[in-house]
Amino acid sequence: MPIELDSAWDLHPQVSVRPEPFGALLYHFGTRKLSFLKDRTLLTVVQSLADSPSVRAACVTAGVSDADLPKYARALDTLVISSMVIQRPVTPSPVIQRPVVESPVAERAS
Amino acid sequence: MTILDARPEAQVGTKQSFGRTPAPATADTPKPGRLVDLFEYGLDSPICLTWELTYACNLSCSHCLSSSGRRDPRELTTEEAKGVIDEFERMQVFYVNIGGGEPTIRPDFWELVDYASEHHVGVKFSTNGVKISPEIAQRLVNSDYVDVQISLDGATADVNDYVRGPGSYDTAMRAMQNLYDAGFENFKISVVCTRQNIPQLDEFKAIADKFKAQLRLTRLRPSGRGADVWDDLHPLPEQQKELYNWLVAHGEGVLTGDSFFHLSAYGDALPGLNLCGAGRVVCLIDPVGDVYACPFAIHEEFLAGNVRSEGGFHEVWRNSELFARLRNPQTGGACTSCGFFDSCRGGCMAAKFFTGLPLDGPDPECVRGFGEDALTKRKEADSIPKPDGDHSHSTVRGPRRDGKPVTKSRPVNLTLSLRRPEAPPVSACEIDPLAGFRP
Repeated sequence: MPIELDSAWDLHPQVSVRPEPFGALLYHFGTRKLSFLKDRTLLTVVQSLADSPSVRAACVTAGVSDADLPKYARALDTLVISSMVIQRPVTPSPVIQRPVVESPVAERAS
Repeated sequence: MTILDARPEAQVGTKQSFGRTPAPATADTPKPGRLVDLFEYGLDSPICLTWELTYACNLSCSHCLSSSGRRDPRELTTEEAKGVIDEFERMQVFYVNIGGGEPTIRPDFWELVDYASEHHVGVKFSTNGVKISPEIAQRLVNSDYVDVQISLDGATADVNDYVRGPGSYDTAMRAMQNLYDAGFENFKISVVCTRQNIPQLDEFKAIADKFKAQLRLTRLRPSGRGADVWDDLHPLPEQQKELYNWLVAHGEGVLTGDSFFHLSAYGDALPGLNLCGAGRVVCLIDPVGDVYACPFAIHEEFLAGNVRSEGGFHEVWRNSELFARLRNPQTGGACTSCGFFDSCRGGCMAAKFFTGLPLDGPDPECVRGFGEDALTKRKEADSIPKPDGDHSHSTVRGPRRDGKPVTKSRPVNLTLSLRRPEAPPVSACEIDPLAGFRP
């Protein structure tokens, strides 16, 4: 499945990311596969996925221009094929997900 | 023993070339180009690291890279080993290849494997199978972080036991059956390719398929005791071609630890990084904590430091003088003018070193035959470096490289006498300076 720019995607929970001078190394503990990111911007995109509502938003955070967007989408597709990046599961309501013990102050702050 | 089996599954980039075009000449900071060119400058942490936990082994394989047999009293303690794992976690070393010796006979082996898993460091351990009981197999199948590699150097008992010793084939087969019965899929069967087993490649594949395992073929190195038997075991030139063709035909389905890049000169490059990763993307930590550039180079020439020293492994990896030197593009030396240098890169540093060849010359198994001429000359000059350290059992092995007969162990003459002590022996812990003194 190709990546959808306007939906939310995440790094697979079993994937570890290690920045390197040339970009980054990704290792998937489930498939025991390595991937290489040859670009620091792409690394920022990948790291921004979790906090972004969509792939497009993650690319904006990383400073990807509209003209470059297709190239980054293609790169992310490769990561989807190797299960490094997965679609974020749809959750019923984020409010219910929050632990009840969490301080209300922290909630307001966020 | 591997170098890099987790192949670059995907190289994700946006504007660089992934082809075989060389990178533009660079100064200190590498510019985007082939990944291999970037890797020549080294990484912040190794991609993959071999850690030999003990020199103790129940076997005495004739080609053992680390000349293992007897435990070294200076081996890292459990606490020291855990400290090293903590460093791996901090450096984000994703996984380590644990070997030995036979690592599973260390009494704290499973404790260390569990500790690594808890600290997000994956473990692939190499074993001859001696401890892989049905219970252990069951335990292993439940872990995401642990992978197992069984060593097998013959598809039949006669070929295997010729190098690995009597009974070792049965031990390995029993271990594989136990893993299979427990439902451990995709464990690795690791084969060192020799003159004797190259005709069995299809049989090895059949064994792997039968156990739902993955076959891994690696190169015989003239390291450790391997130096003594290399002349008799290393594949013949026509067998190398056979091996290359077989690897090309089986492609990604067979792992090689990136160990056959010297064969690339036969045609297309084999899957893998195809570079000497020594000190750049791989290294070895030996049982006493010494860090070497690669698992095949246990010699002071390739010793970068020790994990017990200040700054630990992190300091050695990042700042050792040796690794800094290795993290430069390889110079071709005599090979520069060869049209295949770009794919074979001069072959394996350790193989050259331990056969007495210059490091900037051809590999001893150069497919164009340049290594053989050099080998003849080095034999005449008798200038072959000896591996450092020997933990071999004092058993008969052979044949010897110098062609002399293997000496059998000689009886040691002892004179036994009976002297009754007048008093109990003084304890070594006695602090009285006059203890044991009888005026």
